[in-house]
Amino acid sequence: MKHTPTHYLTPLLRTPFHARTEPLNRHAHWGNWAGFQSALCFGDVEMEYTAIRNAATVYDLCPMTKYRFTGPDAARYLDRLTTRNVAKLPTGGVQYTIWCDDAGKVIDDGTLFRHGPQDFLLCCQERHLPWLLDSAHGHDVQIAEVTEEIAALSLQGPCTASVLRAAGFDVQALKPFRMARFPFDGGTLTISRTGFTGDLGYELWTTPDHALALWDHIFAAGSPWGIRPIGSDALNMARIEAGFLIAGMDFITAEQALREDRTRSPMELGLDWLIDWQKGHFNGRRALLAERDGQTSQWALVGLDIAGNVSAEGSIVYAGKTREVGVITAALWSPVTKRNLALAQIRRPWHDKGNLWVEIYALRELHYAKLMVPAKIVDRPFFKPGRRFATPPGVM
Amino acid sequence: MPSCDVVIIGAGVNGLAAALRLARAGRSVVVVDRDIPGGTARVHEFHPGYRAALAHLWQGLDPRLGVTVPATRVTTVVTGLQPLRLATLTGKAEGLAPEDLAAWEEMRARLTRFARVLAPFRAMTPPRIKGANDLFALSRIGLSIRGMGAADFRELLRVALINVADLLEDDLTDDRLMGLCAFDATLGAWMGPRSPNSLFVWLNRIAAGEQLSFPQGGPAAGIHALTTACAAAGVQVIAGDAVARIDIAADRAVGLTLASGDHVAAGTVLSAIAPQATFALVPPDHHDTGMMRAVRAIRSRGGAAKLHLALTGAPAFPGAQLTDRIVLAPSVDAVEQAWNPGKYGEVPARPVMEIVIPSAHDATLAPSGGQVLSAIVQFAPHAPRDPDATRAAMLDNTLTVLEEAAPGLRALIAHAELLLPSDIEHRYGLQGGNWHQAELSVEQMLFLRPFHGAAQYRTPIPGLWLGGAGSHPGGGINGTAGWNAACALIEARP
Repeated sequence: MKHTPTHYLTPLLRTPFHARTEPLNRHAHWGNWAGFQSALCFGDVEMEYTAIRNAATVYDLCPMTKYRFTGPDAARYLDRLTTRNVAKLPTGGVQYTIWCDDAGKVIDDGTLFRHGPQDFLLCCQERHLPWLLDSAHGHDVQIAEVTEEIAALSLQGPCTASVLRAAGFDVQALKPFRMARFPFDGGTLTISRTGFTGDLGYELWTTPDHALALWDHIFAAGSPWGIRPIGSDALNMARIEAGFLIAGMDFITAEQALREDRTRSPMELGLDWLIDWQKGHFNGRRALLAERDGQTSQWALVGLDIAGNVSAEGSIVYAGKTREVGVITAALWSPVTKRNLALAQIRRPWHDKGNLWVEIYALRELHYAKLMVPAKIVDRPFFKPGRRFATPPGVM
Repeated sequence: MPSCDVVIIGAGVNGLAAALRLARAGRSVVVVDRDIPGGTARVHEFHPGYRAALAHLWQGLDPRLGVTVPATRVTTVVTGLQPLRLATLTGKAEGLAPEDLAAWEEMRARLTRFARVLAPFRAMTPPRIKGANDLFALSRIGLSIRGMGAADFRELLRVALINVADLLEDDLTDDRLMGLCAFDATLGAWMGPRSPNSLFVWLNRIAAGEQLSFPQGGPAAGIHALTTACAAAGVQVIAGDAVARIDIAADRAVGLTLASGDHVAAGTVLSAIAPQATFALVPPDHHDTGMMRAVRAIRSRGGAAKLHLALTGAPAFPGAQLTDRIVLAPSVDAVEQAWNPGKYGEVPARPVMEIVIPSAHDATLAPSGGQVLSAIVQFAPHAPRDPDATRAAMLDNTLTVLEEAAPGLRALIAHAELLLPSDIEHRYGLQGGNWHQAELSVEQMLFLRPFHGAAQYRTPIPGLWLGGAGSHPGGGINGTAGWNAACALIEARP
């Protein structure tokens, strides 16, 4: 994207889809996502959420931070950087992954796309170029931030495969965490079966010069299914139901944490399933091995099912109503599961002992109703529709 | 393929000291060096019949080694019409006016007291900010510092981080003495006398041993005493084969691959070469990013050039004998002015220097009738853009100063060798040409040397230990760092 010398007057950058999203955002409800003007809601969060679970939705993904890795050592480099086994990621495949500092604390999570034997794209929440460059010492790999070179939309909802077929892109055979390429508008469109809603969905990747054509094409094809744009508020509802974490909200990333005890290891975030202990060395492995073998993890990130119907954002979690043992990082009354759900960080060993309570301060017309309600630890994802993983995904 | 408990990289004084300690504790030890043993104390022939070592004076081996090297005490002389003589680094002075003599007596007593209470730190593993410590040893040091009394304790805190020039100018007036002290404080350091914490670096040097000496039989004889002790303890030395790689298996250092293709299998690898050079031998797949950030951030700039002159006759420095250590550093400002250009990659017009005539102590170092002049010349630019032009300019300016100090000296020169810091790095593997493998300054001392996470000699890579001058307490031909590292290794029982 080209920046004018006066861009400081409008410090938030605009995405390549701004010409379409701006008129649709009827309440001008914008937020700042990584320095970009990003829609929080286009008008009605319930309608947007309902479309995610019942129809087809479009979310502007452009502010997502993106790095490209190329060169002979790219796979070796990423294997040392991240905790999963990159050698096992085939070309055309996608991995959800994390990477850690030397102390084994999570720096960020993200999705890693393998476009070729020596060509990878990493999408994540925060910016990491210094860490990524310093990690390249001794490796023949080129690293570039390409956030603004890529225009991306997330197409999510049970009808999205049908929308894509109507748009001329046959994704019936595309499995979860796989990509396919299609010619589009004189360029290339990459479609990956990925997303952040826990539902059937796809992410569409092209270059900014094809952005508006893509938007128009998808909306024209999707109109029979009531396709609509969504903002981050509705997406946040869906992702909590899916049990996904957001860096900076559900955990403090290692490079952002100011306080020594705020960083978290994969075990403390329930992400140890992402660690391949057998693949050889990766950054932070020595500290993580010591943590695993010494069972020295301090925290557990859990899903909670809370009594009642009052959402518990930011609430304190207690063991036996008296001992403070944790905090709710994300919560909602879940429309699709009809449950009061939350993600929480619980200090060990209280994640394992039951008798958890949540203290909710519900502000009702300037008076707080203080509730102390029981909570149960339940498995994530809270919502896991079969259509998310079915191939072909079925026609709706 | 030899197999041993510990393989040591580098047969300098620290590598050999560590080998000796480990072998005496019953470990099987192999030491590998790309050259002959000796490190900076090994002797090379720089002109037919003329030989010299990089390190031309000793402050004595760490007494814990139990290796006695007979050595001749060397007196320091500031030459001139009224020469000034000092028996040791902070010794009794001859040639001072009475008022300065009294001030010097007070100051040297104070410095000696400070150095003595700090000296025990040198012989221990650096304490940790967080984690287990030898609280008994630490409290003993703490008590001895407090035992100096409130006035001395306050004075130590006052001067601990100041520059040496301030301290000297507070109490002394004699330019010769102040120049000498300013020179001694900054010898081998990347700092001038007005740089912060230059006094602490001087205290550390005094704590390492105040008496300068020349080993009888030359530097080679000193190293020979150490290698003999090692051999008697069962240490095997592989000389003339460089280390190509530190072998890692199951995320543990398990030996070395040598340039010849040979392997040395070992339970533990202890490196006495520079920390940066050590980690460069570890395959990058085994690095951690934070650790390598710390390794690459180690500052290791060298400002000392080394001059070797092959002379056809004895030079005449007025007021000095050939066996003296002659210091040409006429004032604090002269040292600071020699330092200033080096910061900007330039050559000082009037370098300051320490001169020794090794052949006056050991006649075998020069052909009959000839003499070797060995000088540490400061400050040379650390990374000059044009090394050849810089070397020529540095040599020319050095010889100009030398000729003034010893008229007729230029006519005696059969050959001159000047090693810039970059030459010293190339020949001796000292990172950046710094004599301590990593700059000695407060922020790179104790638990910060060479970096947090490796300051207790154990690195984050299991089975890989450090024990060279880049580790606490730094360099000098004493073997303290290597000995400390071996003690920590034995205590850890890996």
